[in-house]
Amino acid sequence: MSDPRVRPVGPYPISQGGWHEGGSSKAYVTNDWRLEKPVVDLEKCVGCLYCWVYCPEPAIDLLDRAGKGPSKVRIDYDHCKGCGICQQVCPPKAIKMVPEEEEVANNGSI
Amino acid sequence: MEGNSKLSQFQPVKSIFEINREERMAPGHRACAGCGPMIAVRQILQSLDVKPVVISATGCVEVTTSTYPDSAWLVPWAHVAFENSAAVASGVEAAMHALKVRGELKEERPVIALAGDGGTFDIGLQALSGALERGHRMLYVCYDNEAYMNTGIQRSSATPFGAWTTTSPVGKEWPGKAEIKKDIMGIVVAHGTPYAATASISHWKDLMTKVRKAVSQNGPTFLHVYAPCNRGWRFEPKDTVEVAKRAVETRFFPLYEVENGRYRVTVPVAKPRPLEDFLSLQGRFSHLLKPENSETLKELKGIVEERWSKINAAASVQAQV
Ligand code: SF4
Ligand code: SF4
Repeated sequence: MSDPRVRPVGPYPISQGGWHEGGSSKAYVTNDWRLEKPVVDLEKCVGCLYCWVYCPEPAIDLLDRAGKGPSKVRIDYDHCKGCGICQQVCPPKAIKMVPEEEEVANNGSI
Repeated sequence: MEGNSKLSQFQPVKSIFEINREERMAPGHRACAGCGPMIAVRQILQSLDVKPVVISATGCVEVTTSTYPDSAWLVPWAHVAFENSAAVASGVEAAMHALKVRGELKEERPVIALAGDGGTFDIGLQALSGALERGHRMLYVCYDNEAYMNTGIQRSSATPFGAWTTTSPVGKEWPGKAEIKKDIMGIVVAHGTPYAATASISHWKDLMTKVRKAVSQNGPTFLHVYAPCNRGWRFEPKDTVEVAKRAVETRFFPLYEVENGRYRVTVPVAKPRPLEDFLSLQGRFSHLLKPENSETLKELKGIVEERWSKINAAASVQAQV
């Protein structure tokens, strides 16, 4: 208690204010925001994580969350807004944008 | 404020594979597709192993991540007013410090105040100045999208010279904003702040290393992050990262850090791309590429070069000492 910044006071009751459950936005689906959807070619994907580092949502799911090495990815189609950044930043060009209506094998993911 | 805490250990980011993979931001927030500020926030949160406490000023990130009744935050977070994120973050830091001294703090966490350019350059400037002067151990992050975006693209003091916004229109009389961007880094450095840096979402490794360095400091730190807004700057959402990258490559937004008054350019740009490469992607600058505005373009180029030389002169003088 020798620190001059700290004095023995309180406790003061403080109002809890309004609060929301952290991460509850996940239940809100934003898939109808997009006109095009990204599709990952898992043969070409080298697992560099660039798409994940640049996705603003995040709507890139890592197949290896626990690891410390390269991880291939899949798209979270409930939340992807179709911005196309992942396609732009992917070094081996493993992601392509296709029209939303297009049927893709395995829904573009595993 | 003890310097020997766990938070004081600084590890630069060496590889993308070592960064924390547990998400700190949930999807389903309402930021526009291709939002630059959200990329900035994700990169900042993922760069730290310990979950920080984040205090958000009013702004794009705040309104889109806490749209009632949802929250996208997976770290302790609070929204405060437009002007006082630095003041509230100071209080949080002081409270955690008090708990620590009493031996009641369960886990040490970095405190981050987060505000846009409006909440930093304009509305929150006095609270920021106060927090810097008092010396709280906290990181203040300004994500700079160069105008008041979610309210309708009104100019701020961070809007660059010559840019179109709804309140700096382009016409016969006005070639976009007539005033130059405020030198917020200069203002912060003048407080004697131990660490201040600029960063861009396109250079994730540089950005994340700076976040880690900032939270390891035993005092107030500042990070100015360039975060393009495709709605306000008028470009395609897919180009957000490209625009940020070109801002660095054309010397429009220099990446540097100031540690205890010493300047260091972290991303040197020996051969800059022509400024037009950056401007031509964006509708807000399209008028500058027309012949009738060549004088304004020249003036903007002069501003960019002057800013670059000033920072490099400060860095090289100190490199010689
Ligand atoms: S298109 Fe955009 S939102 Fe969708 S996964 Fe790619 S970067 Fe993320
Ligand atoms: S950027 Fe491309 S190669 Fe890298 S992880 Fe993503 S999809 Fe795979």
